[in-house]
Amino acid sequence: MTKTIDKNFSMPKCFNERSKPSLYCPGCGQSIFLKHLGFIIDDLEIQGKTTLGIDIGCSLLAWNFFNFDIVQTHHGRSVPVAVGYKLSNKRRIVMSIMGDGGGYAIGLQSLLHAAFRNNPISVFVLNNTGYSMTGGQMAPTSIPGEITTTSPSGKDPKNSGKAFHGPELIKQISDNSAYIARASVSNPIMLQKMIKKTLENQIKNNSFSFLEVLTPCPTNWKTTASESFNFLSKMEKEFPIGEMTKNEK
Amino acid sequence: MEKLSYITGNEAAVLGAIEGDAESFFGYPITPATEILEGWIRKAEENKNLNYLQTEDEIAAGFAVIGALLAGKKAFTATAGIGHVLMQDPISMAENERLPFVGIIAQRGGPSTGTVIYSQQELNLASYGGNGDGLRIVYSASSVSEVYYLSQKVFSIAWKYRFPTFLLTDGYLAKQRVNTKLEKYLKPFPSSKILREMKDKPTHLRNCYGSEIEFANILKRNIADYKSLINKVAESESYKASDSKYLIIAHGSVASAAKDSVDILRNSNVKAGLLRPITIRPLDSRNIRRLALKAEKVFIIESAFEQFARMIIFKVPEIANKTVKIYKPAEGFTPDEIASLVNEKI
Repeated sequence: MTKTIDKNFSMPKCFNERSKPSLYCPGCGQSIFLKHLGFIIDDLEIQGKTTLGIDIGCSLLAWNFFNFDIVQTHHGRSVPVAVGYKLSNKRRIVMSIMGDGGGYAIGLQSLLHAAFRNNPISVFVLNNTGYSMTGGQMAPTSIPGEITTTSPSGKDPKNSGKAFHGPELIKQISDNSAYIARASVSNPIMLQKMIKKTLENQIKNNSFSFLEVLTPCPTNWKTTASESFNFLSKMEKEFPIGEMTKNEK
Repeated sequence: MEKLSYITGNEAAVLGAIEGDAESFFGYPITPATEILEGWIRKAEENKNLNYLQTEDEIAAGFAVIGALLAGKKAFTATAGIGHVLMQDPISMAENERLPFVGIIAQRGGPSTGTVIYSQQELNLASYGGNGDGLRIVYSASSVSEVYYLSQKVFSIAWKYRFPTFLLTDGYLAKQRVNTKLEKYLKPFPSSKILREMKDKPTHLRNCYGSEIEFANILKRNIADYKSLINKVAESESYKASDSKYLIIAHGSVASAAKDSVDILRNSNVKAGLLRPITIRPLDSRNIRRLALKAEKVFIIESAFEQFARMIIFKVPEIANKTVKIYKPAEGFTPDEIASLVNEKI
């Protein structure tokens, strides 16, 4: 693991250098996640076997992020595209990346059914408690009391529900062979370990694999670097980090 | 004697799609298109080269079709009514990213349940339903044997020109069981991987752009491509139209009834003829103009309110003053009925 930490100062080999510096805002957790994902794809030597579907929202900024095939879909629709692609091309390692709005609001139906059917794809949902590309609206994952442009007095759980727990929900309906976990960019060692398992479970067990990643959004949170990490710590209390396997014996 | 098969329109769609090298189907049950989903699954159980998924909704069905065709499979869906509305999300993506999406639309009347037989009310949605400029190719079948033929052809047209391509039927056509001639489409166009799996030259597909100008330039190219296919793709059938004084323009099941009404009218010495667009988009404007300008009166007849008539008159505005428009939204026409409607107006 020391080796992987050292690599944080270099770039993954599977990066498309022409797309760098990326379009992500300074301090964005999504670009941090994508860098770790790149390192794991290098480690597993699967660059030539990987296809990525991305959503609308900030994830669309990754449309040419890597040197492998990427298709930008519509909001909440990278999962059904990945499902159709994998069914037609079983040897490819197929990933879907989306935000918490894409995964838990508009695309929840497809996400749940892909998990329910145990479609062998790896899905990453990046949770920053809001809709970022559209300027910081309330998401299902917004924490009670959180101020957003559509909850200016703070999210009221009586009207809008509490904070949405995606992996915990998916665990209820997924197959025993599914991999389900939650990581945070604040802990890169654990994040890399979980990204690796999310990909390996598709490859080795031909099963649905899901990782939620807690990511900061300083632009919409309107936070400094240290405030961003303070809010990320608050998120980690609301959304516990860890693996949620079905076969806990 | 010629070999005929006793099949329904929906069975013809499944058999035609397989003959047209379709490999993948994604769908959600909806009347009157459901038997295409059921029929495909029965075929897929016999033939392991065919795959399918009954998805959670039509949005997922459409996006899964996109996933399959990115992998180079001739993939399609079949839907109707509100399912067709939901399908506009993936179809808009296919329009913008120039993907060879194929859909069979068994039209029904509006959003309600029960009115699932005679409608031609999904013409606008199929032709212009996207949230862009609607660059699509739309066919309308008027017999079960034509459903079979066009169900093969739509795949080749979609993959050759890289525009989403649709085949319209309706509940009457989809569910009727008749002796059917199975004619093969002789110019199949192959599919190929759209995501090419090349490490050094990866494919990056998107419909998000850095500026309106960047997007406008892509649209200009797509519109130019669309215009250049019109003469190659647009087609229509004419029946006793070359010397007709009274020209009926109709499509789909209504055209099938109108063909018989032309014979009824001719038997009573009324010089009627029929022009039936086979492609709704692009319309065969050249043939429509040629025949309609010669006729004394034109009758546009449809099981919808102004949808088809608006398209025809937009393309051939010169005929507006001599055109009688006959609408029966969500209801069918018999040949006798069309003959007497024409007789009343001449």
